[in-house]
Amino acid sequence: MSNVLLKLIECVGRAITLFWQVFLLFTEELGRIMLLLCSAIKQLVLPPFELRNTFKQVVEIGIKSLPVVLITAVFTGMVLALQSYTGFKRFNAEVMVGTVVALSITRELGPVLTGLIVAGRAGAAMAAELGTMRVTEQIDALETLATNPVKYLVVPRFIAGTIILPSLTVIADIIGIIGGFFVTVTVLGANSSVYWRRTWDYLETSDIYNGLIKACFFGAAIAIISCYKGFYTSGGAEGVGKATTGAVVLSSMTILISDYFLSAWLFK
Amino acid sequence: MIEIVDLHKAFGRNHVLRGANLKVEKGESMVVIGGSGSGKSVLIKHIIGTLKPDSGSILIDGVDIAKLSENELYETRKRFGMLFQMAALFDSMKVWENVAFALMRHGKLKEKDAKEIASEKLRMVGLMGVEDLMPSELSGGMKKRVGLARAIAHSPEILLYDEPTTGLDPIMADAINDLIIEMKQRLSVTSVAITHDMHSAYKIADRIAMLYEGSIIATGTPDEIKNTDNAIVRQFITGSAVGPIKIEGVTA
Ligand SMILES: Nc1ncnc2c1ncn2[C@@H]1O[C@H](COP(=O)(O)OP(=O)(O)OP(=O)(O)O)[C@@H](O)[C@H]1O
Ligand SMILES: [Mg+2]
Repeated sequence: MSNVLLKLIECVGRAITLFWQVFLLFTEELGRIMLLLCSAIKQLVLPPFELRNTFKQVVEIGIKSLPVVLITAVFTGMVLALQSYTGFKRFNAEVMVGTVVALSITRELGPVLTGLIVAGRAGAAMAAELGTMRVTEQIDALETLATNPVKYLVVPRFIAGTIILPSLTVIADIIGIIGGFFVTVTVLGANSSVYWRRTWDYLETSDIYNGLIKACFFGAAIAIISCYKGFYTSGGAEGVGKATTGAVVLSSMTILISDYFLSAWLFK
Repeated sequence: MIEIVDLHKAFGRNHVLRGANLKVEKGESMVVIGGSGSGKSVLIKHIIGTLKPDSGSILIDGVDIAKLSENELYETRKRFGMLFQMAALFDSMKVWENVAFALMRHGKLKEKDAKEIASEKLRMVGLMGVEDLMPSELSGGMKKRVGLARAIAHSPEILLYDEPTTGLDPIMADAINDLIIEMKQRLSVTSVAITHDMHSAYKIADRIAMLYEGSIIATGTPDEIKNTDNAIVRQFITGSAVGPIKIEGVTA
């Protein structure tokens, strides 16, 4: 009997130590990401400004992610309309479909899905590129050429991420609502002017811009996390692979978790 | 002038440098020799401050490079040029953009002028018509030479070469040796070169230093090194597998 109890205590002890170690690793990583963020912000405000590089990153991230964002947004709007139409029919509330689609897309799905897509496409690409530059000593080479790699590599990606994500989200919002309209009116045969009225009557500008504030935050988070993963890569090609998956997983988690808290704070 | 004083550096449990001392006079060409994995690349990276010492100091004209602020460090680096062992070319840029990187960034040169200078530097390392290629389209030896062109492009006062002739054919290697000598004579640069190639070492060095087990065990002019009494150095320069230097895992 006492043997079983001892075993149990040992197991609990092990679990606590493991949990503690994971917690320590997590806080260490968080601290290092914050340090990189601080030095990025410092380099961001100091001249010279990397306008050319930033522009290049904006185009790169925007174009890479746009097709997937478009497809995701249109189908999300469509399925939202479909599900809420058939669901709301049970209590004769079909007229509310336009409202549901508009609110869900602008407040939640637009920013979050766009964020997840950009994390998967652009975040992975950033981590892989910086990781490769690290393991092939290109980042050291930048330093020897008297160029601060945080300024040259991280800042442009950080700015680009922060402005491109809300821009893509605006597009996703519009396309999503159009997708919902298309399904409600042409597939399910509802009245088109009712759909639009219900969309506009209940949609407030705060829904849109709070959604965009979330998108800004997600963009900044994806960029800094992915740059961090790439910047501190070690261990050759395998290390680059790890950095890339690590960047996608950590950015996605950050988006999903922070989304809850940002929503609780923004949409009172 | 470069002065390395009692430099220690460890990576985890791997204590690579254990009290290295080295002094390179202004305008002098120093060659560092030593076995593979002995820490030559680590040593040279400390001189330009991309690695930070665990203890000890690296003085550039009397100023400790590890104690500089970030801005001062980047200012100091404008005086340096470095060739990496694996060239470390920026693979997202064309060859000429690699070479002209520092010129365009710090010299504020126009693209056209910078490209012209890049072409000239590429000609100096024996490359023509490669300006618009990407680094991935070059052979190993060509990459090395582009790396060399990039290192000398902004006419630095101090040049660090990590194995400048490795991977080149003997004739090209000798041409690069001549280029290194010319850099010294014409522009009176101070240089530290790492090499395994003793022929090249004798040719380009004013003095040779040998790194062994984490410290510099001998320095001297090429003639002094050739006629050394030190058994370790002698074994190294004659390239013999028998002697005081033991090769782990390889049995005769
Ligand atoms: N960034 C690093 N992280 C961990 N260990 C490192 C790092 N750089 C070098 N080392 C270790 O330091 C030791 C010396 O490496 P270094 O590259 O200086 O050797 P080297 O003398 O240049 O050899 P070679 O002639 O083969 O180029 C090696 O054991 C290497 O594993
Ligand atoms: Mg080396």
